[in-house]
Amino acid sequence: MQYQGRIHQLQRELMGRYYAEVTRVATSDGPRAAYLLVSGNPVELLRAMDMLPVYPEINDLQLAVRKESLPYILEAEEFGYSTDNCAYVKADVGIFLRGGKTSYAQIPRPSLLVCNFVGCNVYLHWFEQLAEYFKAPVFNLDVPFVRDLDGKPEPGDVAYLVKQLEQLIEIAEKITGRRFDYQRLKRAVALARDAEDLWSEIKHLNKSSPAPFDGYFDAGTLMAPMYCLRGTEEGLHFFQEAYREVSERVEQRVGVLSQERFRYVIEGPPPWPYYRTFRDLFSRWGAVAVASTYSTVGGTWEWGFRHDPQRPLESIAEHMMLHNVSNRSLLLRYEQIRRYLEEWHAEALVIHSIKSCRLFSAGQGDMLDYFSRGLGVPTLLVESDLEDPRYFAEAQMRNRIDAFFETLEHRRLAKRAPALKGGAEPGEGAKV
Amino acid sequence: MDSQTSKPRPSGRVQLARYACGVDVGSTQTKAIIMDRERRIVGRTLIDTGAHVTRAAERAFQHALEQASLERSAIGFVVGTGYGRYKVTFGDTQVTEISCHGRGAHFIFPGTRTVIDMGGQDAKGIRVNPSGEVQDFVMNDKCAAGTGRFLKNAAEVLNLSLDEIGDVSLRGRSPVRLSTVCTVFVESDIMSYLAQNRSVEDILAGIHSAVAARTIALVRRVGIEEEVTFTGGVARNTGMVRSLEQKLEMVLNVSPESHYVGAIGAALFALDHVS
Repeated sequence: MQYQGRIHQLQRELMGRYYAEVTRVATSDGPRAAYLLVSGNPVELLRAMDMLPVYPEINDLQLAVRKESLPYILEAEEFGYSTDNCAYVKADVGIFLRGGKTSYAQIPRPSLLVCNFVGCNVYLHWFEQLAEYFKAPVFNLDVPFVRDLDGKPEPGDVAYLVKQLEQLIEIAEKITGRRFDYQRLKRAVALARDAEDLWSEIKHLNKSSPAPFDGYFDAGTLMAPMYCLRGTEEGLHFFQEAYREVSERVEQRVGVLSQERFRYVIEGPPPWPYYRTFRDLFSRWGAVAVASTYSTVGGTWEWGFRHDPQRPLESIAEHMMLHNVSNRSLLLRYEQIRRYLEEWHAEALVIHSIKSCRLFSAGQGDMLDYFSRGLGVPTLLVESDLEDPRYFAEAQMRNRIDAFFETLEHRRLAKRAPALKGGAEPGEGAKV
Repeated sequence: MDSQTSKPRPSGRVQLARYACGVDVGSTQTKAIIMDRERRIVGRTLIDTGAHVTRAAERAFQHALEQASLERSAIGFVVGTGYGRYKVTFGDTQVTEISCHGRGAHFIFPGTRTVIDMGGQDAKGIRVNPSGEVQDFVMNDKCAAGTGRFLKNAAEVLNLSLDEIGDVSLRGRSPVRLSTVCTVFVESDIMSYLAQNRSVEDILAGIHSAVAARTIALVRRVGIEEEVTFTGGVARNTGMVRSLEQKLEMVLNVSPESHYVGAIGAALFALDHVS
């Protein structure tokens, strides 16, 4: 039985209310909906403008987890998109082609498209195409990539981004016809900071053994309120509840599985169309993901960054640029994974490569070599897709995961009792 | 393992029974091996898997029992392996073919450190330690390029049997260069070379060379350390053995039992439970 706590129930209720609001905005007049991307999103700014953040990526994954993404993807392909295009983009174009209709909400037309360009060049093309389809204004934030291997900004980078955020405020004022309320921004940023504190604490609680929640699959549950509701009282309340529940589990030593046999770290987005199936492939081995890079696409708060109500725009700029996994160099991602392995007491790394997202997946072959050969960490690389169910082959996936944990198990047996190892004796010798 | 989501693995040893069985249900063929406690093979079968996987596993097991003149009760433990391992419904547990090929190859050639396994739809590289335990492995992507299926398609286009093409390829003097190792598109490549009056021998030499190059690139990802043992159905193909050896510049271990290596490994795992 998988962990199903209050947080899962509360998250469903919150997201239900969020999508009810999305539908309400879609079916009423007025400039309310602003499209936004997950990576390093400046949602606090839009909350302060009383605009509703709508995340195409989250809309797409909602389709995928419901196993409803393929017809939308096919519609986009019929429209002319290549099979190699990002499947999130295609599902989203499919939603547009179907007039915003999905089984879970009516997706509104955007009044403003805020392209928080963070490491993903597809983001730019995606939102420019949406701007064309919807005839809506798009504002591309040019976020400098973190070139410095210590994760520091180049001189002038933060000021450059703050200037753009100020321009975005002017545009939002014109669209909404409202004067920007700086105090309201500070309030949203303070609420975000408090939620980030709790989210960070929750992640650190997963250093406990047994791990109280799955740092990949259950983290996915916690991520949605972090993006859709950050900067709101409701969002903060969710993380207060979540912290309470996870702390209780740690105190009572309740693990996410009845028996925790392996602790691993995972890199890459999940295969949303087969989320449950994928999770079961690990659970059946007693394997728990204690930490994941994917849960930091929106922000790497566990390393200490917080939004700052005293310098709201500057801290939003720093978050977008420096404190999310997508806008940092691959070497910084290596270091993030290395710390997870060490500090979260994990013995293996699993890389889930995404067929239709070469951007996030680029360099994962080298990552495999770095961890397996360079650091001697058992590492498994598997591949499917985050949105397109056609790329998931369960038998092959299962075979790789089974073989990986079998290997880990043999190693353990060999370490524990060399005389009783499960493999053959040296020179076992054939008698055939 | 979480007992709610998977079949519990029996632990402990089975008393009295003297034999163990490994059943390797592959995508194309199903193999069964029965071993006694002295690790001697006393029964073996190889049949086509076909559409009824469970039935194929049962038939293979039954034939192996008949060959060994044994009753079912003589078998103390059965391990299923291969893609259809969960369809070995009479089995006691399952082990992936990666572990089984590693152990089986090491059993036949104890100096084995790298296993190249080429089956019907799989190509794998497996690195094992001196005890035959898997250290690392790599498999082909969700694509049949460079597998037995690829060779079967090529053979069919050239109107030859799968058993013939290896020997024919050895007679090629000037191998063609394939533009693809895609199982589907290779057909048009072959047709194009036939239209250019290239010999069947040269075309097959080119095909074997391309598959060998792709396989070696795959296996290099786990590191190639001698001795290298070549297993799986394709190891019976002399042209593929030669191509791999030429490119690797080393002699491969190839056993007449190559087809059975997965089942042998499974039988050895099963034997661990039979005292």
